[in-house]
Amino acid sequence: MEKRRIRVLIAKPGLDGHDRGAKIVARALRDAGMEVIYTGIRQTPEMIAEAALQEDVDVVGLSILSGAHMTLVPQVLEKLREVGMGHVVVLVGGIIPPDDVPKLLEMGVYRVYGPGTPTSQIVEDIREAVLHSASSAQLEPVP
Amino acid sequence: MSLAQALLQGDRRALSRALTWVENATPEGEELLQALFPHTGRAHLVGITGPPGVGKSTLVNQLARYYRKDHTPPKTVAIVAVDPTSPFTGGALLGDRIRMRDLAGDPGVFIRSMASRGAVGGLAWATGRVAQVLDAAGFDLIFIETVGTGQAEVDIARLAHTVVVVQAPGLGDEVQALKAGILEIADILVVNKADRPGAAEMARTLAQWLPKVEGEGEEEPSWQPPILLTTALRGQGIPEVARALEAHRAFLQRTGLWQARERDRLEAEIRECLREALWQAWEVRGGRERLEAMVQAVLQRKMAPQDAVRRLLETTSAQP
Repeated sequence: MEKRRIRVLIAKPGLDGHDRGAKIVARALRDAGMEVIYTGIRQTPEMIAEAALQEDVDVVGLSILSGAHMTLVPQVLEKLREVGMGHVVVLVGGIIPPDDVPKLLEMGVYRVYGPGTPTSQIVEDIREAVLHSASSAQLEPVP
Repeated sequence: MSLAQALLQGDRRALSRALTWVENATPEGEELLQALFPHTGRAHLVGITGPPGVGKSTLVNQLARYYRKDHTPPKTVAIVAVDPTSPFTGGALLGDRIRMRDLAGDPGVFIRSMASRGAVGGLAWATGRVAQVLDAAGFDLIFIETVGTGQAEVDIARLAHTVVVVQAPGLGDEVQALKAGILEIADILVVNKADRPGAAEMARTLAQWLPKVEGEGEEEPSWQPPILLTTALRGQGIPEVARALEAHRAFLQRTGLWQARERDRLEAEIRECLREALWQAWEVRGGRERLEAMVQAVLQRKMAPQDAVRRLLETTSAQP
């Protein structure tokens, strides 16, 4: 009777309103059998962390095309930790200059995807990450 | 501290994890439901149903906002939003939160999206249990938004105390709305998108077709479902819907129907648990292997399915 599905939150933090890429990814993940919670554009880091908490997702995918990723990503990561969701796998997609990629990974982002990434790659990465993150099965204390 | 205790003390992370356990039917989830059960039975369960695109999520968003901001005293609100699982891939796109962004940041609101996971009655298999957990967590009102329903997905009527059926003009011929099922379960009928042409006519037609509750005996308690016009996107007509919800709740409590519905719901739940337990006990006693042999016999037309069942029951006791 037990049934478990990978749950993914797709969110667009910041002010740019272009959500075509986010929707393509959302659809690809759904087609790969995942449950995708799509929250739409102009989400604040607080809203993203709150939605991740309420939906108890395994993965948060952030789509950022505005260039504000170096500000937004650390804020989202911090808010996620604040609400006790520090264990979720965070992915970033969008237009990210190559120099910023290692910095984002250093902060705790699992993968960064640029334009043209095949969606199959994202599906594969998520499956691997969720499989290996035993921590997502545990309930960590909220600080 | 156990997860149940944390949940009862208002820990939202614990609540969220509890919902996952229950939704996934894990053994921990089963245990948790037992621990929480004494704390259930307080919340008003409100079902919101209707065809896709009539504005169910927008209406729920506005109702929740109303109960948080304009109602005295404010009520706490949980929302369970069910969207369909793809029968082909098992995946789901859950998009109801898009229309509920006004509620972000309010600790008196908790929104959870659920995929239907193969269930066909407009809800997911575990929606009732998820509602139980939210009830135990102390929410005053629990809105349960079904998948966009057609004409027969009426599971919500068994789960909710009050069912709001939402319709909107311009979605095809009104006879569609009149076909069996969905109207008959309405305790409150909402015609949303009332700023569009055809809304008033639609309300009038629906009024003619709503089940008329005129009791034979005068003492028979009766509730005539009101028909309300809303433009949820602009918040118009929302206080009226909230008043109708309160009136229906008061009606159920005054007439004893609240307890009667509760009783029916709990009986259905016991039956379901019993069915599951009997089946499992039967399987443990070797039923599964014998079943396979019988399938072969039936496949070869050596016996009919009914004969197979009789023999299975004779030889495999279902006594747990």
